Amino acid sequence: MHFSFLSLLRQSFSGHAHWPEQWRSPEPKAAYDAVIVGAGGHGLATAYYMAAEHKFTNIAVVERGWLGGGNTGRNTTIIRSNYLWEESEALYEHSLKLWEGLSQALNYNVMFSPRGVMMLAHTVHDVQVAQRHIHANRLAGIDNEWLSPQQAKAFCPPLNVEKNVRYPVLGAALQRRGGVARHDAVAWGYARAASALGVDIIQNCEVTGIRRDATGAVSGVETTRGPIRTARVGVVAAGHTSVVLAMAGVRMPLESYPLQALVSEPVKPCFPCVVMSNTIHAYLSQSDKGELVIGAGTDAYTSYSQTGGLHIATHTLDAICELFPMFRRMRMLRNWGGIVDVTPDRSPIIGKTPVEGLYVNCGWGTGGFKATPGSGHVFAHTLATGEPHPINAPFTLDRFRTGRLIDEAAAAAVAH
Amino acid sequence: MLLIPCPYCGPRPEIEFRYGGQAHVARAADPSALSDAEWAQFLYLRDNPRGRHAERWRHTNGCGRFFNCIRDTLTDKIAATYRIGETPPDLAAGAEARR
Repeated sequence: MHFSFLSLLRQSFSGHAHWPEQWRSPEPKAAYDAVIVGAGGHGLATAYYMAAEHKFTNIAVVERGWLGGGNTGRNTTIIRSNYLWEESEALYEHSLKLWEGLSQALNYNVMFSPRGVMMLAHTVHDVQVAQRHIHANRLAGIDNEWLSPQQAKAFCPPLNVEKNVRYPVLGAALQRRGGVARHDAVAWGYARAASALGVDIIQNCEVTGIRRDATGAVSGVETTRGPIRTARVGVVAAGHTSVVLAMAGVRMPLESYPLQALVSEPVKPCFPCVVMSNTIHAYLSQSDKGELVIGAGTDAYTSYSQTGGLHIATHTLDAICELFPMFRRMRMLRNWGGIVDVTPDRSPIIGKTPVEGLYVNCGWGTGGFKATPGSGHVFAHTLATGEPHPINAPFTLDRFRTGRLIDEAAAAAVAH
Repeated sequence: MLLIPCPYCGPRPEIEFRYGGQAHVARAADPSALSDAEWAQFLYLRDNPRGRHAERWRHTNGCGRFFNCIRDTLTDKIAATYRIGETPPDLAAGAEARR
C-alpha cells in the first residue's frame, strides 16, 4: 500500500483501525540467494538496495531479536558528512545525499531534518582541527563553515559563550546540511520497502553457526529456526560481529564497547540544531516529541552488557549544564547503552573476508547511524556483484595488514 | 561503575583505573622476522568474547601499577584479579573447591 494524503484521509474515516501490516513475517525458506545477518538499519538498507538496484529478491534478513532493536533504536540520530579523509568524505557524503531523498524513495517519512550540526571548539587545538576539517571538506565539495562564538550563539541561542566556564567556546564548525532523522522510521521504512520487493525479514531467528563446504566456501547458516542454505552471507551485526564471524573462524580487529545515550522529559521546542562537543563529550539535539536526546561517551572497557557506568552519563550532563545553563533543572527520563564495534582506526570495514562467500559490514563504532543509507547501498553492491563499490573499496579488512588505514581516530580524537 | 579489586590496594571504584585492553598479548621475540599478517595480528586483532575476558587495568589514581583481571563481558562481573607475571587463576577449579 502507498502512503499518500488520500490513503491517510481514507484511513481516518475508519479511525485508523485498518492500516495493513507494513512488512510480512514469513517462515524461513530452505534456501536463499543471499542471507543478511542483522536487521538493523544497515542490514535492512542492504536488503532494500539489493532488491531494488540489483534485482536480488530471493534473499532473507535474519535477526536475533526484533528489527531495529539494536543500535538503530539506541542512537542519537546525528547525520553529517564532514569527515577528514577523502575515503570517509566520499562514503558519508554518499550517505547524506541518499538521506536527502530517502523519504520519497521509500514512500515512508523518515523525518530527515537537516537542521544543522554544529561542532564546538574549546581549545586552540580544537580550533586548528576544526579548521583543517573545514578546508578538507571544502576541497571535497562538502559544506562546512567556521563560526565565531557570537555566530555560534546566533545559530544556537541557548549556547553559553561566556568565559565563565571551564572550557569556553572558542568557535564552531557548522555543517548546515547535517541534522537528524527518526531512527525507528529508518528501520521500518527500509523493512517495508524491502518486504514489498520480496525480501523475507525473519525476526527472532538467531544465527548459531556458519556452514562451509569442502572448499571452505560458505554453504549456509544454522539458525534457531533451522538451517538455511545460501552461498552468500552478509554479516551486519554491529557489536556482535566478532561473535558471528568467530563461527566461521575469522578473527576481527574489533572491540565491542557500551555507548550510552539518554533522553530528558519532553519540553516545548527550545533547541534549534544539533550541537556536538568532542572535547567535553556532549552531543545534544531535541526530538520532535520534545525530549532532549543526549549522547555520552563510550565506557572504558569492552562489554556486551548494553549498560554502562553512571559516571559516563554524569560527565556528559556536567558538560551540557555548563554549555546550556537553561537545562540545569531538566530531569532525565531514560538512559541506556548500545554495543558498538570499534576498529583500531575508527573507520568501518565493508567488504570481503578470507572466507569465500562471507562478507562483512561492521566497525561503524560510535557513528554508524548517519551512514545507514550509504552503507547499505555500497554493501548491497558488494554482496550482489562480489566486488566492492568504488566508495567502499578502501574500507577493506585487509587494510590492517597492508597498513593503509583510514585514520579517523587521529583525525577526530574521540567519538563521532 | 565497576568496583575493581586492585591486587595491591583492595577494592576501589572504577574511576581510579584506566583500562588496558586484552591481557597476555605477547610481544614477538624477534620482531623483524614477523610477516605483515603477524604484525596485524599483534597490533590490531583482539579477542572480543561475549563472556569471560582476560584484560589489563592500571590503577592510575592509586598505586599506579598494572594488573590483570578476568571479567565477564555479558554481566561485567569481575571473577578475579591477579598481579602481572602470575598465571591466570583456574576459575573452574576454584568454583569446584568452593562448592
